[in-house]
Amino acid sequence: MIPELGYGATVAALVLALWGAAATVMSARSGSAALLRSGERAAVGAFALITACIALMLYAFLTFDFSIQYVAINTNRGTPFYYRITALWGALEGSIVLWSWMLSIYTLIVVVQYRRRQPELYPWVLSVMLGILAFFLLVMTIPAPPFERLTPIPPDGRGLNPLLQDSGMITHPVALYLGFTGFTVPFAFAMAGLIVGRTGEEWITITRRWTIIAWYFLSLGLLIGGWWSYHVLGWGGYWAWDPVENAAFMPWLTATAFLHSVMVQERRRMLKLWNLSLIILTFGLTIFGTFLTRSGIIGSVHSFTQGSIGIFFLGFLALALLGSFSLLASRMERLRAEGVLDSVVSRESMFLLNNLFLVAAAFTVFFGTVFPLLSEAVRGVKISVGAPFFNLVNIPVFLSLLFLMGVGPLIAWRRASAENLKRNFLKPVLAGFVAAAALRAVGVANGLVLTAMGLVVFVASTIALDLFRAVRARRRSGDGWSAATWGLLLRQNRRYGGFIVHLGILVVALGVAGSQAWSVQKEVTLDRGQSAELAGYHVRFDGLSASEESNHAKVTGAFTVTNRGAGGDVLHPAKKFYPQDQSPIAAVDYRLGFFEDIYVVLGDFANDGSHATIKVQVNRMVSWLWMGGFVLTLGAALAILPDARRTA
Amino acid sequence: MRRGWAGAAAVIALTAVAAWAAPSTKPPSTGPVDEQVVHEVASQLRCVVCQSLSVADSPSETANQMRAIIRERLAAGENPEQVRAYFVAKYGDWILLSPPRSGFTLLVWVVPFVGLGIGLVLVAVAVRRWSRAPQAAAPSQIDPAVRERIRREMSQMDKP
Amino acid sequence: MKASWLKWAIPAAVVPVLLLLAYGFKTNPHDIPSPLLNRPAAAFSLTTFSGAPISLESLRGSVVVLNFWASWCVPACYDEAPALERTWREYKDKGVTVVGVDVQDKEEAAREFLAKFNHSFPNAPDPKGRVSVDYGVYGVPETFFIDRQGRVRFKVVGGLTDETARHHLDALLKEPS
Repeated sequence: MIPELGYGATVAALVLALWGAAATVMSARSGSAALLRSGERAAVGAFALITACIALMLYAFLTFDFSIQYVAINTNRGTPFYYRITALWGALEGSIVLWSWMLSIYTLIVVVQYRRRQPELYPWVLSVMLGILAFFLLVMTIPAPPFERLTPIPPDGRGLNPLLQDSGMITHPVALYLGFTGFTVPFAFAMAGLIVGRTGEEWITITRRWTIIAWYFLSLGLLIGGWWSYHVLGWGGYWAWDPVENAAFMPWLTATAFLHSVMVQERRRMLKLWNLSLIILTFGLTIFGTFLTRSGIIGSVHSFTQGSIGIFFLGFLALALLGSFSLLASRMERLRAEGVLDSVVSRESMFLLNNLFLVAAAFTVFFGTVFPLLSEAVRGVKISVGAPFFNLVNIPVFLSLLFLMGVGPLIAWRRASAENLKRNFLKPVLAGFVAAAALRAVGVANGLVLTAMGLVVFVASTIALDLFRAVRARRRSGDGWSAATWGLLLRQNRRYGGFIVHLGILVVALGVAGSQAWSVQKEVTLDRGQSAELAGYHVRFDGLSASEESNHAKVTGAFTVTNRGAGGDVLHPAKKFYPQDQSPIAAVDYRLGFFEDIYVVLGDFANDGSHATIKVQVNRMVSWLWMGGFVLTLGAALAILPDARRTA
Repeated sequence: MRRGWAGAAAVIALTAVAAWAAPSTKPPSTGPVDEQVVHEVASQLRCVVCQSLSVADSPSETANQMRAIIRERLAAGENPEQVRAYFVAKYGDWILLSPPRSGFTLLVWVVPFVGLGIGLVLVAVAVRRWSRAPQAAAPSQIDPAVRERIRREMSQMDKP
Repeated sequence: MKASWLKWAIPAAVVPVLLLLAYGFKTNPHDIPSPLLNRPAAAFSLTTFSGAPISLESLRGSVVVLNFWASWCVPACYDEAPALERTWREYKDKGVTVVGVDVQDKEEAAREFLAKFNHSFPNAPDPKGRVSVDYGVYGVPETFFIDRQGRVRFKVVGGLTDETARHHLDALLKEPS
């Protein structure tokens, strides 16, 4: 019953989405309100049907319905309750369902928010969104149907991939997809604007909050992915420049560029062509990312490969990119800049540089990711491009961006006078140099780390200086310090939300720089009772124990860790043996700290527990990445608050 | 002023690149092996079962064994270059995390920097084209209506 | 001003990228060619599960089928195991030796595997993975066909079938010693 109901709902949703897309286009051309209403109802119907699909799948998971292939592959009778729910997006088919569902929710929000406010753009926006939704529903119908039957019905399922049985897996795809799908809305508005010939700033101001929210979720998704990699995969790192990681990073880079360059268009009515290209590129990269994960053309830890799905995505990518860029080209004449650049030393220039570096980074990541394919096409030889390449090329770019992050927000629009520069930057520049010198004095010799730290202090000082001066100015009207600060943050929430987001990035940058430069590790084999030492920590091997969990067997080691004599915490790194998997999965144990984490991975061991090999790591500053994410959240939340004085 | 910013950016970029690309000179060791060197060689090789991790980072058994082989070979007197060459002879260029900096693969190292350079040039050209002529009116001339509006809004701003 | 056709450069620029991605469908990123083909096979010296020594040197003069397997390699190693045994029985008197190398395994599980399929050809564990790396093994199962002069001639990634084995062996046996 469920497979048939589910398949029926999917097909019906597809038909509705297609009809909705067509009806809204027709309504835009003919002015028919009835057709528009019909299109809206189709959107609501599609949402309802996709929700029904999700409900059916959840029901199947919760009742151990192994007659459905997706359920049988991704869960078994031992899978814990919450993973049976989140297994919904644990593999290919389910992830498409989740994507479609989010897209349909966003479409509904667009219907509710804009049907009265933007009568000219609205039908086209709806049409584009329903068209994209139709594509994903098509994928759900043909190459990746989630409701395939499995015969004969197995007594037990295979089980969720053990690496996915983690809290990170519950949140990471959701955040990431909210980000990816979120960019559909500005894209749809951009297309609508081009189609009706309204190529001004409206599409930007209307979708400003969407852009920030989508960007935020994408950032969050990337950070959670890093956290998951750090505490589950057992290598002590959070980013490997894996092709699929890159695929999510590229749209983040172009989206960040977009977030900034739209400010230039809003104020100075320039860069129209550029902004439209950026949003098309960002949307295209989100589809490209999905394509990469699912087509299997580039090998990766992440890819869930499947037969013909890659062709569908490539086809859609081609259609979306060629269609939107052609539309852009045909409307090129209307995209003249209305402002001019007064001086190279101005905020406009800084934004241009910011965009240049971000897009250069995105291009680098793209080039490095597809280069193996290019090499094979041209020379027939397989090569690989890994972390050393991406690090080498991106580090100078990111350092330059850090610098711009300090200069951009405070330098004047149009033309920065020498006085303006001195007032805003003299002290922060000095502070940066002092910080770098201080670090050098305490023994930090790594040039990159010194540069990065100096830049971080520089940027932090610019933010602090600006905030201090602004609060002091507000105090003149009689407020106390905290009232003045709150008032300032709420009144100019866009600006200070942006500053707090920058602060969050600084914290993340500190985490990255510190962890890359100062983390240490050691691999050692210990007899029972023997200790190893690393960076002041003593790790003593106490013994092993075996246990049977609900869906795997586990061998757990006990290691007492002391830090410079204090402590006595026992860490339990383990090796988990899942019956359906080839090799055991290492379960790391760790203790997080503000400045450093102690991290132990269990390797080989003797069956009688007489000795064990472990990898011990003291990872420094990694917690700053997660703290930075928290600060980002605060900044983004502040930035999207409704304006204190609304004029419209 | 104009040159100042470009100069600063260039200095930062160059310092960063120089610091990063500076080769480390470590003499080949015989006898007890420096774990640092093992780690360094291992971090240049791709772990064959994890696809994106280096042999140094990967927690897998295969990487474990490969690290032991590296250690053995270094102890026997080979230098890092020879150990790398051994793995390339067995697995092909694919085993290197960084493609060789010669031949076709030199392209991957060069193109991003060339692209950045072209980008900088394009930005400079765009800025030049979009700039007002230097003899343009000073920006301190504000339209009286705008001035009035500013005054009005500022007086409203300080109200509670 | 720009020529009006220049603006179409933007959508046109997308095309080569799409073509490159389409090319990607023809390739398999997991199918990495071996640089060992037509080169001398690496020497190995192991002890079989029954305690006897076995080395490549001692097998010089016969065609060698070197198969890397593991008991945890499900289902491919299990699928090809009967084919290996059949190949061995058919060709052992024609100057062919089949040798199995067990990779990253526990002894108990390995012996169980061997018993299950009644393997009568020599099988040896590779405790430190030296032989696996010497042959550039990415995963299991992989099978190497080594000619009488000790050169690696064919590499089969994934489960071996009777037809493939026969095809390669017949070709190698035809060659002069």
